[in-house]
Amino acid sequence: MQISLPALLAILGMACITYLTRISGLALMSRVTLSKRVEAWLGYIPGAVLVAIIAPTVLTSGPAEALAALATALAAIRTRNFLLAMLVGVGVVWILRTLAGLK
Amino acid sequence: MSNTSIENKPTTEEQVSFTLSGILTGARKSIPIAISAFATGLVFGVLARPAGLSLLEALLMSGLVFAGASQFIALGLWMMPLPVGAIIFTTLIVNLRHMLMGASISPWFSRLPAARAYATLFFMTDESWALLMGEFARGKRNAAFLLGSGLTLYSAWLSAALVGRAFGNALQDPSRWGLDFAFTAVFIALLVGLWKGKGDILPWVVAAIVAVAAAHWLPGKWYILLGALAGSLIGVLRHAD
Repeated sequence: MQISLPALLAILGMACITYLTRISGLALMSRVTLSKRVEAWLGYIPGAVLVAIIAPTVLTSGPAEALAALATALAAIRTRNFLLAMLVGVGVVWILRTLAGLK
Repeated sequence: MSNTSIENKPTTEEQVSFTLSGILTGARKSIPIAISAFATGLVFGVLARPAGLSLLEALLMSGLVFAGASQFIALGLWMMPLPVGAIIFTTLIVNLRHMLMGASISPWFSRLPAARAYATLFFMTDESWALLMGEFARGKRNAAFLLGSGLTLYSAWLSAALVGRAFGNALQDPSRWGLDFAFTAVFIALLVGLWKGKGDILPWVVAAIVAVAAAHWLPGKWYILLGALAGSLIGVLRHAD
């Protein structure tokens, strides 16, 4: 159990800056009155963030990831069950990578 | 059409609650995601040892920062002498997306007592935030959902760092088991829940194209911020009139 001073500084700095990013969206939005257009923009953010997170993995990793993504989406649409959809995705990607040798 | 994206925001007289039952619902619905958070946290703990972090340093980082992508990038920058400024600046860039997420929940969280809202926001991660948006989209109005979800993921994340750093060498390559795909699968399932209709097609396609291009040309996690901005702005511009 030891910690160096630079390591402590780096970790505390990371912690403070990360907390600031977490609260700044609310802090900024609470101080201004929102126009209809800004409200509409906020409504589009969740989907756009999720698409942006997954797009590179799904579209450019290879056929295993693309097919597993498709299977996950179908499972989620049919069952609305998170855990099941996740297991389908992980299972399909594992099968395609190991058994089918797709990379 | 013009208000499909905002139909779920709270009306002026509507209350936003913050109760124990909200915490419990958030915790319960986060269990599947906590499993993949545990798997990812385990990888962080395993990689922390060769990167040169002591057990205490690994635990402090997971416990105080609680943001996976920036923690993994910090491991990559962890060499002696420690580039403290570069690590903190990179963390800022990687986590800028939190600002967008925080802005998107502001219609609800600005109605809570400030101390409660700002304390809860410590626990806002991509996963908990996306689950919360799903709740709001279904008409639920309990903001404590985020706290319950966050605490669940936090427990998984911190205990995984402990196990991974302490017993590190058993799990070498999670991609062999497809576990690296777990988060992508979770996000796809969340996305299915956020689908509101044809109006989402163009913003989502634009977000995907910009994210793929940015991931190819730019380092780090810029692609998330840029893709999200492009997609959401296209959505607004299209029905601006």
